[in-house]
Amino acid sequence: MSGAARPGQAMLPERPAPRRLATAWASARQRQDSALGLLAMLLLLGVVLTVASPYFLTTTNLLNIGRGIAIVGIVAVGETIVIISGGFDLSVGSTMAAAGMAAGYLVTQDVPIGVAFAVALAVGLVVGLVNGAIISRARINPLIATLATLAIVRGLSYVISGGKEIVVQNEAFLALGTGDLLGIPYIVIVLVATFLVFAWAMPRTSFGRYAYAIGSSARAAQRAGVPVARWQIAFYSTCGVLASVAGLVFVARTGNAQPSAALGIELDVITAVILGGTSLNGGRGRLSGTFIGLLLLGVVNNGLVLVGVPAFWQQVVKGAILLLAVLYDELRRHRADEA
Amino acid sequence: MTLDPTGTPAPLLELAGVSKSFGPVVALDRVDLRIGAAEAVGLIGDNGAGKSTLVKILSGLFPPSTGSIRFDGADVSFSTPLDARAAGIEMIYQDLALCGDLDVAANVFLGRERKRAYGPFRLLDRSGMREAARAVMRDLGTDVGPDRLVAALSGGERQLVAVARALQFQPRLLLLDEPTAALSSEKIRVLLRLIEQLKARGVSILLISHRFTDILHVCDRVVVVRQGRIAGELAPHALPPERTMAAMHALMTGDQLVPSA
Repeated sequence: MSGAARPGQAMLPERPAPRRLATAWASARQRQDSALGLLAMLLLLGVVLTVASPYFLTTTNLLNIGRGIAIVGIVAVGETIVIISGGFDLSVGSTMAAAGMAAGYLVTQDVPIGVAFAVALAVGLVVGLVNGAIISRARINPLIATLATLAIVRGLSYVISGGKEIVVQNEAFLALGTGDLLGIPYIVIVLVATFLVFAWAMPRTSFGRYAYAIGSSARAAQRAGVPVARWQIAFYSTCGVLASVAGLVFVARTGNAQPSAALGIELDVITAVILGGTSLNGGRGRLSGTFIGLLLLGVVNNGLVLVGVPAFWQQVVKGAILLLAVLYDELRRHRADEA
Repeated sequence: MTLDPTGTPAPLLELAGVSKSFGPVVALDRVDLRIGAAEAVGLIGDNGAGKSTLVKILSGLFPPSTGSIRFDGADVSFSTPLDARAAGIEMIYQDLALCGDLDVAANVFLGRERKRAYGPFRLLDRSGMREAARAVMRDLGTDVGPDRLVAALSGGERQLVAVARALQFQPRLLLLDEPTAALSSEKIRVLLRLIEQLKARGVSILLISHRFTDILHVCDRVVVVRQGRIAGELAPHALPPERTMAAMHALMTGDQLVPSA
């Protein structure tokens, strides 16, 4: 097509170059601003805590922060993917407990640790498959569906264990929680590796592309021929398996598997994800943002302890942070809609 | 182009006895429809007459209850939109069916991403898709970049992205569902001109529109559906426009019988 026959030309509003630049800048900001703001907040908080406490900026303390956020962080990777895809998963804490119980039970029965871990991952996979299937096929609201599986999975962990905890003495298992490689705890390595793998995959694979597409508009994705239900099941399954990994890390850290493990961990996980700029409405979010949100949450927790804030207040602070993060997300969305 | 025994070109698309029921509701009742190569056919009818059911069957969203579809000389049955798209049927939806949080290139290739092998992985060919999207957008006469987020585009620009998505895959038949509903009159003219150019390139068109004038402008033939059936057919250029419009209206509402034009 050429010359006079250039359709569409008239469809474009004639727009002077500076305006176009401004739009490009706005769209770049729209993608990045929350991460940059958070990073600034993190640095500021770091400076304040360094001044407030001589212990903050020590290797021991920083590694403690790393260990403290590892479990929440591994789950947050899966939760980020599910929320980007327009879903929600409340059942992660229950899945962690169930997977930990499965592995704990098997190793005390002298089952090889590899098999025990595989079974634990399978537990998360099954919970994820069930979540994904109910939400995508039966079209149940994800909040309700995963609230139900939260209760069911947690309840089954109690039923099967009789409510008793299992003390794990398998050395390889415990080494995962206490060992380190060149001074870096294994669980921090697992955390960082999980983030790196998925942060690398999201922009480069159909998995990532369709998470954003389905979260943005499941209807549009369906009409373009994306098998939406199948991908939703894949996202929930991934989240379930990552919850299992976190459940294993939990047992390795504490040395015992409990049916009440990770009770209420959803609060921390979802706070990190939303704080990191992932939109509750789906379609928008980044794992890098979640990682910064996670660090911020870890540093806040650590700081509260260092400056001697009573433990009960920490819960209040976390809830307040979640509320602020959601308010900010809402504000940003309105701004984007007006633009 | 294949010829049938009588020597006339076989139609590109041929529906025979296509019906669709949703429970007790008969949305389409034994519909026969032919669309020739490079022919533009208008489809009109009241809300609920069966237009969108017909289009959804053709675009692979759901299969017909009974009846057969022949496309390009072969019996086809589409169970997903990808089947229809693979056969060469592209659809432009009224709401455009774009993902606002994805950029232009991702929308153009949505559902049919190009992949490249990197060792054991088959990864998205992002630079290839970006360049191809840039080229097809330029072909449509716009310099909207492939990295722009669709949510940040104007209505007209989004329409172009939806058209680009259809054109990127060289369709044989393009289905357009109320494409002008959300456009200004100036943009409607541009879109209609684009449809004519596609027709000149050999693409068949099925245009659904409430606007009789759009249909008169670009269509060789108008099919009227009423209550799930084909109520009649008109050749818009055979009669003066006012009489064609009156005839279309009569067929749509069933007010009076109109002799075939």
